[in-house]
Amino acid sequence: MNPMTVVPYFALGGAFGFLLVEAEVVSWFRIQEMFRFEAFHMYGIIGAAVVTAAISLLIIKRLGLRSADGQPLALEPKTVGSGVRYLAGGSLFGLGWALTGACPGPLVALVGAGVPVMLVTILSALVGTWTYGMLRPRLPH
Amino acid sequence: MHPLPWYIAGPLIGLVVPALLLIGNKPFGISSNFRDVCAAVAPGGIEFFKYDWKRGGWNLAFLAGIFVGAVAAWQLAPPLTVAISSGTVEALHRLGLNDLTGLAPREVFAWSSILTVKGLTSMVLGGFLVGFGTTYAGGCTSGHAIAGLADFQPASLLAVCGFFAGGLIATYFVLPMILG
Repeated sequence: MNPMTVVPYFALGGAFGFLLVEAEVVSWFRIQEMFRFEAFHMYGIIGAAVVTAAISLLIIKRLGLRSADGQPLALEPKTVGSGVRYLAGGSLFGLGWALTGACPGPLVALVGAGVPVMLVTILSALVGTWTYGMLRPRLPH
Repeated sequence: MHPLPWYIAGPLIGLVVPALLLIGNKPFGISSNFRDVCAAVAPGGIEFFKYDWKRGGWNLAFLAGIFVGAVAAWQLAPPLTVAISSGTVEALHRLGLNDLTGLAPREVFAWSSILTVKGLTSMVLGGFLVGFGTTYAGGCTSGHAIAGLADFQPASLLAVCGFFAGGLIATYFVLPMILG
């Protein structure tokens, strides 16, 4: 792969990381406030992001935009199945989200924003991912 | 201006979803980077990690961007103290946290706390659950709560219900046990 092809993604990630810090989405305190339903801030951010993304997706669909190789620009639908993986996996992540005060993007952002000890948490997350991969055949999905 | 108001940050974050589609028809989702890193570094003969992780190169570049963007934000205009609501301040004081400055409580998130109960639970167990849970659920806040909900995917709604179930349990049952 030509390394230059990833430059736009790097730049977009940069803008996203900047926003995560300036809007305090990376803050453990903001996540606590959210799970205690004591401020609108996080709900406003996630809600406004969902609405903006939804409108954008509808426009992209309406315009019938396609990629360079002719595929329609769209997100791949996720199979629901029994739903167990979403509820169980989601709940486990929710526990981790409140304990660390960070979801995956903010974990990486925090390492660069004055909380380098989050490297330990990222390493632990990789161990968690690896453990899931190992146990996957025995877990309900 | 801290925090950047929700009505500015929210829509801009939402625009990442169409931007990734327009750049290269890629889905917004941070947690799949965990799987790609495992596949690259320690596949360990596990079926789940037997694929060409390089196809996630764009996402690793996005992740590297997040780090650099966060460093820039921290250097240019760091939110040194987060102005949380008085209710949350009181609740956290009651739980035993005294220092509420910084982006995360220094009494918990410090190198010297790693081997304490609160540090081990928050940083090590918490991180494990983030990795295990997001990969099990096939997405995190970005993939499910933002992109998935915006695309009206029922699976993502289930996942977000799970996120909150877990988050509330940790907030009201686990944190009171480990803090203080």
